[in-house]
Amino acid sequence: MVESSRMASRGRAVVGESRHLLFSVAPGATWIVVFLVLPSLYLMAVAFMTNGPYGLPQMPLTLNSFEQLAGFGFLGWSPGNLYTLLRSLWQTFLATVLVVIVAYPIAYYITTCRIKWRAIMLLLVVVPSWTNQVIRTFGWMNLLAPGTPLSDLAQWLGFIPPNMGLYPSNFAVTLGLVYNFLPFMVLPLYAAFEKLDTAQVQAAQDLYASPLRAFWHAVFPQTLPGLLAGTVLVAIPAFGMYVIPELLGGGKGMMLGNLVANQFAGGSNWPLGAAGAILMLIATFIGLFAMRRIGKRLGGGEEVVI
Amino acid sequence: MSHPTTVAKTTDQGATESRSDSAQQSGERERREPSSIELKGLHKRFGKHTVALDDVDLTIEAGEFFTLLGPSGCGKTTLLRMLAGLEEPDAGHVCIGGQDVTDIPPHKRSVNTVFQSYALFPHLSVRDNLAFGLRMRGDSKKEQRRKVDEVAEFIQLGSLVDRPVDQLSGGQRQRIALARALICEPNVLLLDEPLSALDAGLRGQLQVELQRIQKRLGMTFVFVTHDQDEAMVMSDRIAVLDGGIIQQVGPPNEVYEHPRNAFVARFMGHDNLFAIHASGDDWVDTELGRLHIDPAEQREEQDGWLLVRPETLELNAEVPENYNQLQGKVMERLYRGSRVEYRLEVAGVTMMATASNLGQRLLNVGDQVTVSVCPDDLVRVAS
Repeated sequence: MVESSRMASRGRAVVGESRHLLFSVAPGATWIVVFLVLPSLYLMAVAFMTNGPYGLPQMPLTLNSFEQLAGFGFLGWSPGNLYTLLRSLWQTFLATVLVVIVAYPIAYYITTCRIKWRAIMLLLVVVPSWTNQVIRTFGWMNLLAPGTPLSDLAQWLGFIPPNMGLYPSNFAVTLGLVYNFLPFMVLPLYAAFEKLDTAQVQAAQDLYASPLRAFWHAVFPQTLPGLLAGTVLVAIPAFGMYVIPELLGGGKGMMLGNLVANQFAGGSNWPLGAAGAILMLIATFIGLFAMRRIGKRLGGGEEVVI
Repeated sequence: MSHPTTVAKTTDQGATESRSDSAQQSGERERREPSSIELKGLHKRFGKHTVALDDVDLTIEAGEFFTLLGPSGCGKTTLLRMLAGLEEPDAGHVCIGGQDVTDIPPHKRSVNTVFQSYALFPHLSVRDNLAFGLRMRGDSKKEQRRKVDEVAEFIQLGSLVDRPVDQLSGGQRQRIALARALICEPNVLLLDEPLSALDAGLRGQLQVELQRIQKRLGMTFVFVTHDQDEAMVMSDRIAVLDGGIIQQVGPPNEVYEHPRNAFVARFMGHDNLFAIHASGDDWVDTELGRLHIDPAEQREEQDGWLLVRPETLELNAEVPENYNQLQGKVMERLYRGSRVEYRLEVAGVTMMATASNLGQRLLNVGDQVTVSVCPDDLVRVAS
């Protein structure tokens, strides 16, 4: 009797729990299904449809847009899209490496400051990103345009021909990416530096490691989780970046994001745009997977890499 | 090396630094001679007001188990870190094995440290942790493997060697940290409270083991602790530090039985200190009244403290005539198994007495008691 009533109450508890779960998860789940899963499925479907008048997708299903993406058009094969893909990968890689090089000393320096200064310095790192990205990018246009001191200096040093500006160029895009994503690397690196076990560094020195080797064997591995997290936060959005190459890149600075956007915005070819979006998605997944493997191998802990 | 003022390289360091040499060395390597340590006028200040070390002079013999003992903030860890090269003195010199190493950076000193937090590298396996020092100084892979196996056997690590570091218990980590430092066969091994994070049982076991290892290797050990029992069990000699000043240096029995001042006495665990008002050839006047002492304990100064060790007190015993005898009352009884501690009130003052538990009748709270103590067991301690 007692047993059965206990069972019943446990049953009620389970029902109550699952109902509770339903109420708490349902809004989020609905949101994700309606605004992420369904549109993604639609996007995938569009990618396999035929390009109709005004760029709108039509039946029948075809692989046409993937062929176009690979460069096959009415006039035979052209390397334009391939260049765009390679440029996207290169810009992402270059910007991420430069961001690491710039962010690493900054993050370390902040941890050496007094605690009350650290919050202020972190704030200084983050504050610029409170301004709209488009406005900040316009700022760079003004700084890099022909006739500005920076462009004059570059001309004087012989980096660019006379009467040209640093913008528009691939260089300007790289600069814009580094500037834009710096905080996303500084913050996770700062977190890693802040909990750095200095005893390990001293142990390495004590065991005959020169300062440089002590850094490599005792400091770097400890910051690796932060570095990998920062790389994910920088590289993925950088790869899909639209605004910066659009404004700073000019015709030769286009990245995949611009390619995709043009297919939709210009109303020219939705299936091709969808195929481009899927390509970006696949490339991103490959990148994440590779990061995860690197993290595991180097012992950085996969928990930090999504 | 960028310090022309210091002796460029000791012979030992010469051997460790040239890779081709050590790679060619076959099999048996000469056991290193343990080094003596000499500290002269060491001074260190942190910030404006904190004096970590105040003009410390100290000599540590080669092959000695030497302990730096003191409360936290006394400067003992700073001193150890100076031996390792991890801290630079503001003034003074550090000599190891007769060489002035004051300006030599840590990675060029033939000294290894066992850190309080163990400081193992979590991203490396136990084997790679052990081989780290050998790898950094350029031993061949073959040498590294041989030495790791050798040290693993010596410290009885067994199968631990092939386990990841994060699967080890505290005691196991401690042994790995010790092995990682010993494997380089340093001239001096520094140990920074290596046992403080372990539970009491394991700590006792490792104290004995550490001492045994030190005697077997004949290596100079400099051990830092705040635990006076640990210091007494393990050390050949102890230096008691307070406020960056060495208060007393000596073998454990000397420091325990004849503490030089009240700080050392209290730190060694003595509670029975009684203020001296006046003194003569063989007597002192204290809170307890006039007591006879050994004439050898006569001092120039009139004041100071009288140390009465609880274990030297005899309770209700037949004693020779020259013994000091006092009347007291039992206020509290602490039963410790092998011994019984009594808190007595004698002449209005609290006094602790310890009796071995040999089966005699235990005193009860409230009992009147006659306390006797031999004059030879009373020790005068400076303020």
